[in-house]
Amino acid sequence: MTFRANHLLGIEPLHPTEITTLLDLADSYADHNRKGIAHRDVLVGMTQINMFFENSTRTQASFEIAGKRLGADVMNMGMQASSIKKGETLIDTALTLNAMRPDLLVVRHPQSGAVDLLAQKVNCAVLNAGDGKHEHPTQALLDALTIRRAKGRLHRLSIAICGDISHSRVARSNIMLLGKMENRVRLIGPPTLMPSGISEFGVEVFEDMAAGLKDVDVVMMLRLQKERMDGGFIPSEREYFHRYGLDADKLSHAKPDAIVMHPGPMNRGVEIDGNIADDINRSVIQEQVEMGVAVRMAAMDLLAVNLRKKRGQEAIMA
Amino acid sequence: MTKTLFINARLIDPVALTDQSGALLVEDGRIVENFDDSPKIPDANVIDCGGHCLAPGIIDIGVKVSEPGERHKESFRSAGQAAAAGGVTTIVTRPDTLPAIDTPETLEFVERRAQEDAPVHVLPMAALTKGRLGREMTEIGFLQDAGAVAFTDCDRVVANTKVFSRALTYARSLDALVIGHIQEPILSEGAAVTSGKFASLRGLPGVSPMAERMGLDRDISLLEMTGARYHVDQVTTARALPALERAKRNGLKITAGVGVHHLTLNELDVADYRTFFKLKPPLRSEDDRLAVVQAVADGLIDVISSMHTPQDEESKRLPYEEAASGAVGLETLLPAALRLYHAEMIDLPRLFRALTRNPAHLLGLDAGRLRAGAPADLVLFDPDAPFQLDRSKLLSKSKNTPFDGARMQGKVLGTWVNGTRVWENGQ
Repeated sequence: MTFRANHLLGIEPLHPTEITTLLDLADSYADHNRKGIAHRDVLVGMTQINMFFENSTRTQASFEIAGKRLGADVMNMGMQASSIKKGETLIDTALTLNAMRPDLLVVRHPQSGAVDLLAQKVNCAVLNAGDGKHEHPTQALLDALTIRRAKGRLHRLSIAICGDISHSRVARSNIMLLGKMENRVRLIGPPTLMPSGISEFGVEVFEDMAAGLKDVDVVMMLRLQKERMDGGFIPSEREYFHRYGLDADKLSHAKPDAIVMHPGPMNRGVEIDGNIADDINRSVIQEQVEMGVAVRMAAMDLLAVNLRKKRGQEAIMA
Repeated sequence: MTKTLFINARLIDPVALTDQSGALLVEDGRIVENFDDSPKIPDANVIDCGGHCLAPGIIDIGVKVSEPGERHKESFRSAGQAAAAGGVTTIVTRPDTLPAIDTPETLEFVERRAQEDAPVHVLPMAALTKGRLGREMTEIGFLQDAGAVAFTDCDRVVANTKVFSRALTYARSLDALVIGHIQEPILSEGAAVTSGKFASLRGLPGVSPMAERMGLDRDISLLEMTGARYHVDQVTTARALPALERAKRNGLKITAGVGVHHLTLNELDVADYRTFFKLKPPLRSEDDRLAVVQAVADGLIDVISSMHTPQDEESKRLPYEEAASGAVGLETLLPAALRLYHAEMIDLPRLFRALTRNPAHLLGLDAGRLRAGAPADLVLFDPDAPFQLDRSKLLSKSKNTPFDGARMQGKVLGTWVNGTRVWENGQ
């Protein structure tokens, strides 16, 4: 069991054994959550601040519940309405918060790399809750845990990620994580929504859903942002649903036991047919939300252990 | 009559393209004679170069001095001192100040400030269009009379082809040099890096390198229409080179430059969102870098410049997309360019052809040569001396260099402007 990281900024810097360690711990938290076993001693006396510079309901709630279940004092800061509007820079905001001596900082920011920048300026553990189009590591981890529990393993699976890959941090983190764990990753979507240089990512790229979904074990749908639908990237919502929306017909190309995932919030009738989303035999969308809490508990637990160790060493050195 | 004799020098001649030992006699601010050996000149003040390189002083086209408007970023005094320390004897300043240098009156302000404060030659450029807005041409004639050596809207492209073609036509009638930025503006909008795997990994908006060729193709067509004298500020991609070569072969009056950062760094240097590496145009792939270095060695790209762009900490300590573009370069231009020499990609005379002779030729200056009659603008440097760059020691007011902590080779030992020493190492 090893987990050396001091921050969770992305999947890219993690070693496969660190991912496995985190998922193992999350797995047990998931079971304990179901049984109602509390762990209020893990983060007791620690302060967790959730800083969301971008709207989020589910991720923020998930981090808040995770922190509270482990006994942390959790504080939410809606940064959109705060001093940012008054012209304070990100660095100053970070330094101000750092002076309040938090232990865990959960940050979402609309700019790629902003959470990395912030992590350089504070001396607590930073968790990236999504930065621009860069990474969303806890989402990839909860997806991985969901897959592992449904399929019994997290390697040698064929996994299709479908939709707006280009603007999706969820897709980036998932490509990275699933690749590290030695799965075959396929990307399916219109070429206007594929990032540049994608052929160098070690993935297979498809423009046709039927061909791309053939015999896959997992179908991962992505949310299509409303602002991308107006003719800039795709001609229209209805043409997108016709060609790339997941319905029973397209899903029939996947393996019979393939699971369907979506990071939420869903646009029913745009990227996914409502009936598929609600099909309890195929859809694991609710389970993903449940695993989200467990994964975030595990991440904060491991980071807190490393933080205590680091502070202990600093105290000895001082 | 003051005579200075430089003996025991390795003379880098960018005209004859030679690199040989010899001596150089300077009298009253001008080069008088070259020698193969060390002659005895009784009344001359002798400087022993210790076998180090003596070359014409660098002529740097496209230096931003942040006067007027942002003197806290760079003044004529600080830029001039940085230039002298970097072996740059002529800085050709950009008009992208606040306000833009687009009237004879602002140009005169700049010239007066430069005269008072800078120890090196300062030649100002003026904006091609009023306010650099791309709508109406500036008073090109008046500005030329007031001393503007070239006309440019800097990193803004005159997107309106009608406005641009008329400005080019008018400039041609005055034989004025126009300098353009060739990145197709709409495709480049919002881009922070070059598109590709790195851009996608970092989740940053990228621009295809093809935007450069599109812009170049447009401008070449306009040159065919107008016959103007045109210099491309920065050619940074392999795909733009064939078009440039064709245009030159077809006899168009076109030349091209490149910034030293694009010759020595690539997109991967941005690494974990290091904003000091954010440039305009963005850093390119390694393949592009190598192609552009080759083009400099072959003479297809004429000019290397620092594209010196001072930015304060506040404008750089931001998330990558929001951070300002540009890097300072006056003091690192020579050691950075020498990386190409040490990598055996170019020899010293050809390197100095791009740093001195070609820019002089472009601007109609008699500098940039080691010949009798040329002004004694000289740099003495040790191309091999190693050092580690510490940005806090830069003389520029702004310290935004991508080379902080980098191991470099090449130290300027002395810089002379019109025969007067303006920099001595250790000063």
